[in-house]
Amino acid sequence: MAGPVQDDRPSGAASDLPASDLAASDLPQGYGSFSRWLDRRLPVVSGFRREYVVYPTPRNLNYLWNFGALATVALATLILTGIFLAINYTPTAAGAFASVEAIDRQVSSGWVIRSMHMAGVSMFFIALYVHTFRSLYYGSYKAPREVLWLTGVLLLVLVMITAFAGYVLPWGQMSYWGANVVSNAVASIPGIGHPLAIWLQGGETIGDAALHRYYALHFVLGFLILGAVVLHVAALHVTGSGNPLGIEVKGPQDTLPFHPYYTSKDAIGVVLFLIAFAILVFYLPDWLTQPDNYVEANPYSTPSDITSEWYFAPFYAVLRAVPSKFGGLLLSAGSVLVLFAVPWLDTSPVHSARFRPLFRPAMVLLVLAFLVLLACGMHRPAGIWLALARIATLYWFLHFLVLLPLLGSIETPLKLPDSIGRPVLPPRPAPAGAGLAMPRGAVSQPLEKN
Amino acid sequence: MRRLAAPVLVAALATASLPAAAQQLQALPVTPQTWSFDGATGRFDYASVQRGYAVYSQVCASCHSLRQMTYGDLSALGLDADQVHDIAAGQPVPAGTDATGNVVLRAATPADHLRLPYPNDAAARAANAGALPPDQSRLATTIQGGPTFIQAYLTGFRDTPATVTLGAGMHYNDYVPGNAIAMPDVLHDAHVKYTDGTRATPAQMAHDVTSFLSWVAQPHLEERRRLGVRVLVYLTLLLGLVVVVKRRTWAGVRS
Repeated sequence: MAGPVQDDRPSGAASDLPASDLAASDLPQGYGSFSRWLDRRLPVVSGFRREYVVYPTPRNLNYLWNFGALATVALATLILTGIFLAINYTPTAAGAFASVEAIDRQVSSGWVIRSMHMAGVSMFFIALYVHTFRSLYYGSYKAPREVLWLTGVLLLVLVMITAFAGYVLPWGQMSYWGANVVSNAVASIPGIGHPLAIWLQGGETIGDAALHRYYALHFVLGFLILGAVVLHVAALHVTGSGNPLGIEVKGPQDTLPFHPYYTSKDAIGVVLFLIAFAILVFYLPDWLTQPDNYVEANPYSTPSDITSEWYFAPFYAVLRAVPSKFGGLLLSAGSVLVLFAVPWLDTSPVHSARFRPLFRPAMVLLVLAFLVLLACGMHRPAGIWLALARIATLYWFLHFLVLLPLLGSIETPLKLPDSIGRPVLPPRPAPAGAGLAMPRGAVSQPLEKN
Repeated sequence: MRRLAAPVLVAALATASLPAAAQQLQALPVTPQTWSFDGATGRFDYASVQRGYAVYSQVCASCHSLRQMTYGDLSALGLDADQVHDIAAGQPVPAGTDATGNVVLRAATPADHLRLPYPNDAAARAANAGALPPDQSRLATTIQGGPTFIQAYLTGFRDTPATVTLGAGMHYNDYVPGNAIAMPDVLHDAHVKYTDGTRATPAQMAHDVTSFLSWVAQPHLEERRRLGVRVLVYLTLLLGLVVVVKRRTWAGVRS
């Protein structure tokens, strides 16, 4: 049954392949003959080794650098559980709610799969928001990592669209009325808004056609996100990771191989993340969700207040903080889209907030504004909540559109350390495993040259 | 985060308009109560849940649906296959039409969903002073105040005070907004026959049927918590291991 497997000897016995096309295998001693045979034909073994084993990583990454890996874990969970949900789901207005109930009640282990999918969204957004604010704080978006940042913001936008489409699918009251809020927001665009909303949802009302579209969109975007993650990681591996000091790697003494140093560090983060995930799935499944979504969608009964899920609350608060519908749509979308411009809005050459005495408090305020907006989005836009939402919205845009361009010219940065491996102390021998060059894209910044 | 549910549901219950202008009535606050299934280690009292099913099937089911449940789901209450089969067999459910287009009924099987009390919403409203009796599959989760509210509500019916005039078909209850609701007081002493000898007082029946509805709303509550313990024990051990691995790996690196 076994075909004639070609045994690849170092002497080049692969007579059926032209020798000139075979790059000399990068694999060092210790890899078996099958690995070498495969790697000569498809360099997955040496590629994996280069990108995930010996991959040189700044030696000073803190635990905030775990959150990219954590988001990947959450995404994998969502895609896997999502496939099982999809094969039991009915995307029709008449059948959607009952099919989700059936998943929860009658489908074997359906309740735990669905609970993981629901909690997984929250875990994904937690990881993404921490990851994004970490990048903002440490200036990870600055040259040479602008494209890396752009792919990341693109991912965030894709995830938001996917999460919204997914939330419509259970066809509960909040699903329906949440979709209605978005539909009305689109319809508020002057001139083309109303026809556009009807065209997008496939009719005057949100019904079967809209639900089919949201289902297809949700399913397809899940895999598109996976593709965008590949781009994001590819861009990361061109420039290498940033780091808390925000100065580039100058030599082998500044790096450690990804494995086993950062695989072991990520492992701690992943297990802690899974513990939080498990607590959410098994003990607090209703904590971050709206109970109203267990009431089937009813177009004739508007809930007294349409509440968003927590991960959309900051942007929902912006939407409702503006007296004009279209203005709310512009600012709400703008509050995310402004992130695309951040590498060009920030005029300071210094990366890390640690060395920027004015940017650092501004960054703390930005996180605070985000949390205030999150709280505002969970409350009716009236009284103190409306006032807070407006102040926080104002600061959000002030930070990006005024402070980022301005601070670069008025701020006096602190003195940057000479290098990552030798911030203060005299030179010392590099640890075992160090001594690999950073990728070509990672170059020292002019400012940091001594 | 269970803010919105009750106004919606209670409004649905009390749709028939009241002459509200003259009334200055307010719902009484519900006395807090603990349940056996509260907390991270809570469990259902299955004897009470089973009695609650008796109350549901003999009283509530004449107006309220449990449309998401199948007869087979009842086996998780501790009923064996024969008991579930017998319960289902006693329920005629629609089975299509005969050659002349008339609806045919057949005995239900464990795979069937619980029989609906009304053929459609219009019929349900017509029979209930214009109000639609809500489906009870998730009621204990979605109603504001949860199980404690349900129990208080079921025992909160009073004779209408002389100073109060209710709309046609409405009944007086201490705990609903406006004190008027289309649902009548349904729990009367010994109205339900309990097979385990428990005395079927209105308070007992209210407690039991609330336990039942809480189970219906979260049938996997106990299994979820049991599985959670195992997962967390495993992950905690794994955390210990990866911490050791990380420390050993980084031992030679000065931070």
